[in-house]
Amino acid sequence: MSDLKKLKEEFLSKLNNKLNLSEINQIKSDLFGKSGLVSLQFKKIGTIAESERKKFASDLNIIKDELQNLINSKINEIENAEINEKLQKEKVDITLPERPFVRGKIHPVSQTIDEISSIFSEIGFSVEEGPDVENEYNNFTALNTPDNHPARDMHDTFYLDEKKEKLLRTHTSPVQIRTMLKDQPPFKIIAPGRTYRSDSDQTHSPMFHQVEGLYIDKNINMGHLKGCLNYFIKEFFEIDKIKMRFRPSHFPFTEPSAEVDIGYEIKDGKIIIGEGNKWLEILGCGMVHPNVLKNVKVDPTKFQGYAFGIGIDRLAMLKYGINDLRSFFDCDYRWLNHFGFDPLDVPTNYRGLSR
Amino acid sequence: MKITFDWLRDHLKTSLKEKNLLEQLTNIGLEVESVQNLSSGNGLFKVAKITKTEKHPNADRLKVCDVDVGEKELKKVVCGAVNAKEGLITIYAPPGAVIPKTKTKLVVAKIRGVTSYGMLCSESELNLSNESEGIAELSSKYKNNIGKSYFSKSSSNLIDLSITPNRPDCLGIRGIARDLAASGFGKLINLKKKKIKSNIKQTLKIKLNKEKNQGCDVFGSCLITNVKNIESPQWLKDKLISIGQKPISAIVDITNYVMIDINRPLHAYDADKIEKGIIVRNSKSGEEFTALDNKSYKLEKGMCVISDDKGVLGLGGIIGGTRSGTEFNTKNILLESAYFNPESIRTTAKKLNLDTDAKFRFERGIDPLSIEDGLNKAALLIKEICGGEISKIDIQKIKTYKTKSITFDPGLFEKISGFKISIKEMLKILENLGFKFKQKKKNLELVVPSWRPDISQEVDIVEELVRISGYNKIKIIEPVKERKKPTLNKAQKLFHFLQRSIASKGYLEAITWSFTDSNYNDHFRGSKKEIKIINPISSELDVLRSSIFSNLIMYMNKNLDRGFKDLSIFEIGPIFNGSKPGEQNIVVCGLSSGKKSRLSWIEKERNVDVFDVKKDVIQSLNEAGYSSDKFFIDTEVPNYYHPGKSGRLFLERGTDQVAAYFGEIHPNIKKKIDMKTESLVGFEIFLDNLKLSEKTLNDQKKKFNVSDYQKSERDFAFIVNKNVNVQDLINAVSSVDQSLISNIKVFDVYEGENIPVNQKSIAISVTIQSLEKTLNENDLEKVNKLIIETVENKTGAKIRS
Repeated sequence: MSDLKKLKEEFLSKLNNKLNLSEINQIKSDLFGKSGLVSLQFKKIGTIAESERKKFASDLNIIKDELQNLINSKINEIENAEINEKLQKEKVDITLPERPFVRGKIHPVSQTIDEISSIFSEIGFSVEEGPDVENEYNNFTALNTPDNHPARDMHDTFYLDEKKEKLLRTHTSPVQIRTMLKDQPPFKIIAPGRTYRSDSDQTHSPMFHQVEGLYIDKNINMGHLKGCLNYFIKEFFEIDKIKMRFRPSHFPFTEPSAEVDIGYEIKDGKIIIGEGNKWLEILGCGMVHPNVLKNVKVDPTKFQGYAFGIGIDRLAMLKYGINDLRSFFDCDYRWLNHFGFDPLDVPTNYRGLSR
Repeated sequence: MKITFDWLRDHLKTSLKEKNLLEQLTNIGLEVESVQNLSSGNGLFKVAKITKTEKHPNADRLKVCDVDVGEKELKKVVCGAVNAKEGLITIYAPPGAVIPKTKTKLVVAKIRGVTSYGMLCSESELNLSNESEGIAELSSKYKNNIGKSYFSKSSSNLIDLSITPNRPDCLGIRGIARDLAASGFGKLINLKKKKIKSNIKQTLKIKLNKEKNQGCDVFGSCLITNVKNIESPQWLKDKLISIGQKPISAIVDITNYVMIDINRPLHAYDADKIEKGIIVRNSKSGEEFTALDNKSYKLEKGMCVISDDKGVLGLGGIIGGTRSGTEFNTKNILLESAYFNPESIRTTAKKLNLDTDAKFRFERGIDPLSIEDGLNKAALLIKEICGGEISKIDIQKIKTYKTKSITFDPGLFEKISGFKISIKEMLKILENLGFKFKQKKKNLELVVPSWRPDISQEVDIVEELVRISGYNKIKIIEPVKERKKPTLNKAQKLFHFLQRSIASKGYLEAITWSFTDSNYNDHFRGSKKEIKIINPISSELDVLRSSIFSNLIMYMNKNLDRGFKDLSIFEIGPIFNGSKPGEQNIVVCGLSSGKKSRLSWIEKERNVDVFDVKKDVIQSLNEAGYSSDKFFIDTEVPNYYHPGKSGRLFLERGTDQVAAYFGEIHPNIKKKIDMKTESLVGFEIFLDNLKLSEKTLNDQKKKFNVSDYQKSERDFAFIVNKNVNVQDLINAVSSVDQSLISNIKVFDVYEGENIPVNQKSIAISVTIQSLEKTLNENDLEKVNKLIIETVENKTGAKIRS
């Protein structure tokens, strides 16, 4: 038996014993360390006669591989066993609660404003804004509601000075005036925002939200108005069919004017929009009065168009089944949590309003 | 405006049903607010005769009556009325009937041991009059009606219409009938106008003063002498009751009736109480009179008054005075039918805070040509009911009504409405509404009816035509889906971004009112001006908010009271710096209370602190695109923050626009509003002070440039004076070589043992990496030395050996 073979037999049998990791590592170093037995054999290769050298080298390599593989697999085995043993000890009760997290929410009025903006964005409206404090001219006079007009009675106005020149805007319509004064037609805007009236009960809050719409161009008629609102209501309530009724009304700043009702019914205590034979008033609108256009230096013989004003809080109440308007502004933690929206729920054109 | 279908039928011939009527009213813009069955069950009230009365066995004042109600058997009714006696014809209400006045439903009841089947009614219980003494006594004419329903017209519902302020004509039944007829709902009945035929002169002198802004243009009147003011006849009472009005006396009822029927307010004076004659004039400052509402009014200069020699009798077109009021014993009446200027009416009523039916009508505009019609109609009725002699009509005027005419281009109709109707149809509608017209080439020359003050230009004609044709004829034109301009501008995008950015950090969005309680506002007002609301809805909402904190803290406290402890809420909205439009700023304001990780099995709980809100502010600004590398923070904060635990943030050093404040809320405020929480921190980000990037997202991405060369981390500990800010130290380090120093971390701040008094140790870890090569020991040593030198020079620090 050659030396090599003996070496191999000896260590194979050693390795077959039950060994721990350090014993195996010892064997590994005995064989393959700097002056290990196998390493020494490799150093011998140069001294072997040329005729036998090739075979010797080949045999040595085979033995080296065999022993090395065995050692590695033994090490693996032991390491696996160790890991398995550790895993047994490391088990946690995974039903324990996760680390605490908090979730913020977006107020339903903000969400509704974003929904509205998204819908009108698709048909080309831009968002405009105006200040909450207005002068009497923009809020009333320019809107064809001169002083002593009985329509002013319908707006219980908060004033900031005794002369009643500064006030909290009673509607978002003054944004129409500001927009038209600052630019040239065509105008195609919506203006959501806070509005104020000194009125407070179950259905009235001294502050509420409106969105104004204004579309002035060369040939915009009542058909366009009806089409726009019909589109909006369908999109907003996310239903295909809508029962909508245009009914004549009066606002000083539009002529002709209309109020719009939508059909609804109550099913199992919940309001269902678009069905049933009850009517619910949701907005006022009309063709912008020529006097208003004249007040903002737009020629009413060349330009015409429509305007509308929608109560945002009311829309949110209808869509999300909220009963009390005042609860919107009560800041009750439970209410905000219940009716609020996840900040990642951003209404957009491409993904739609709802998840 | 309250109407009944029955009353409408006085003016409108139609075979259609009430259901159609309600629909049609709404369709032509006379919105039906409510329909009430006032007279439901009125048919139950029957004419009855007492056939026998007996004393109640157990009560002295009660009687037990046998009542004939037209049925086979007599009803036994217990009654307490003194006038209940045998043979009296009265009104009987059976069990089940609802008494109109008290709204109580009758049941068969035992009254002191005797069973009573129903009740005998007084006039007051039936809302017929104020007569509550005893039961109603009907005349012997009713003896043939026993068992029949007392109320003749019991089927008509009370319809309440919401009449828009532009339609005074529809404050009269006839105006409503006219609109309905024009829309095809029946035919307007042509009433034969009866006129006063008299030779008697109106002897009371009427004078209209020609003063500037005198509010009365025309004053028509007639005298009716020797009348007997009695209760109104049944038909007239029925009419007023049917629309929910209470009959008073014939003369008052007649003027009310004419007002409601044709929207012509009238006023009746007791002519004997007028001293010498009537003068219509502007009031003098300080004049006083007692009005029919029994209140005394002190007048300002220039109000339109009806006066006599002794002084003010009443406010023209608003309210009469007690001195000249009619009563049941009034013998001679002066009947007034005038035209008062709407603006004058409104100004006066507003100043005196008076609201009457007449004022409501005059301020909207009464038909100036209805003066004589009103006098004719009312005077003849008075004569018919109360007797007497009518004088000729006297008309005084200082202005003459001029008819309005409008040149109307029929093409405008389609241009505005988007649909077509023929000129023939247009003319039919306009004619039915009372317009007169001439065709003038392509245009129509229209004369506006005197009762339509709202119509003054072409578009008003379009409105009439669309309204009467029906809004359902307007065709839907689908909107085009195209966008030529961006929907939101940069500032609006930032608003929406920050709103959702803050919410995503665990804050609940609140929306609170723009006004607040001045007591709360004062805590957060700083040096800002207080902006008062002149007419607040309550003293707790009396000022515009100077900061959002006032409301958030108030509501936070309410939530703490509800038992919540760890709350984060925020609001994004305006705060106000002045009372002029535009003197407002958009702010995101957040507030957090209590602890982090309260009662967690896994994490240590701790109070929320200033570095929590600092993180929220900086992270959100960062997310919004502002680089925190340049942020500069100092400690100049408003006095509602804790002076030692708060900061002011600028986007860059050297700018003067404050981007945000953050910090602990001053403990004094917590104490003053009695707020019980372990910790209260908040922040305010001022959106208007954030520079808007002109760049697109694409432009904002710099060229991708990272280093693959080895990086080294070196730790330094410096000892500095306590008052040196870490910010200064970091700035000093990064100023060494920005191309090499890629990150600086503070990992320890220490004061105390081993550190001299008034000094502190700051330990930082600096990451050094080059974009060009792997730095060798030599290079690194150079940088180290430079860092130490620079920090020591700039901050007075000493490296800790």
